[in-house]
Amino acid sequence: MRQQVLSSGLLVALAALALFTAAPARAQGPNLDDETNRIAKTLYCPVCPNTPLDVCSTQACAQWRALIKEKLQQGQTEQQIRDYFVQQYGDVVLGAPPAQGFNWLAYILPAIGLLLGAAIAWVTLRQWVIRRGAGAAAPAEAPEISKEYADRIEKDLKEL
Amino acid sequence: MPRWIQAAVFILVIVVIVFFAFGLRVRGESQPSSGLAPDFTLKTFDGPAVRLLDLKGKVVVVNFWASWCIPCRDEAPFLEKTWRQYKDRGVVFLGIDWVDPEPDARAYLKEFDITYLNGPDLGTTIAPLYRIKGVPETYFVGKDGNLAGNSLGPIGENTGYMTQAQFVQKLETLLAAK
Repeated sequence: MRQQVLSSGLLVALAALALFTAAPARAQGPNLDDETNRIAKTLYCPVCPNTPLDVCSTQACAQWRALIKEKLQQGQTEQQIRDYFVQQYGDVVLGAPPAQGFNWLAYILPAIGLLLGAAIAWVTLRQWVIRRGAGAAAPAEAPEISKEYADRIEKDLKEL
Repeated sequence: MPRWIQAAVFILVIVVIVFFAFGLRVRGESQPSSGLAPDFTLKTFDGPAVRLLDLKGKVVVVNFWASWCIPCRDEAPFLEKTWRQYKDRGVVFLGIDWVDPEPDARAYLKEFDITYLNGPDLGTTIAPLYRIKGVPETYFVGKDGNLAGNSLGPIGENTGYMTQAQFVQKLETLLAAK
């Protein structure tokens, strides 16, 4: 009898412990709306191009946000949700094209342009520096004077 | 400046210009209304996949819609009613659900008791073929598989697009054609 009371008490204590530990975990969990908006910020609805899903006011985008929330509630990860949207609606929902195939040009061209610009700037600056250096090293040319005038200066100097 | 840099700059400028020109050309293209209808396969919500090419010999009405689209709601009862009238006369209606969450789409189909073939534009691959600018848009495909006109807005009176009478007339004309 005493043993039964003890085991019942132990069960109640364990259940209470489970409740107390589970409650703070829920409270500390990420806010669902914030999480929905965070994911929505990275997705674009084709109905309103160039407007992220989190700020788009159309009914279509509202439905999409509700879908994100629903999937979060189901326990899906951000990547799973993004993959679902890409599968359903295509790459157009992503803020940037996936880095594959022809899309690589979108990533490579800016870098090529930057490198080319840097190369042009370097070559141009180098040419300026060389020109300026050459100009500074050149001896100042003496003004041309006639032989008669030079002889006269020599003579005057000797007389001093 | 070295010649290789001049050549590289020239090539880069040409590539950028070609990209911009291509982008502008694609954006400027309007929806098709004639010529061979762009082929697609539609995976319907509850049934098998349907390929447009396989429907050659029938008159096909391709309607792009979405559950969040108010004008689509306005024309939905008329489309369903007309489909029921013409389904035994060699006319096929295909509803293509554009950028729409599936639960909302299914609720829409149930709400309007739509019985003709419908499916999502998975991966948004069909809409670009017809270069749709929004929904609703409706395309008519003749028995020969060629496009035979379109309505780039809601079908109905005072919509500025095709009226219901014009829609029915179009079906009759296409059915009469050989």
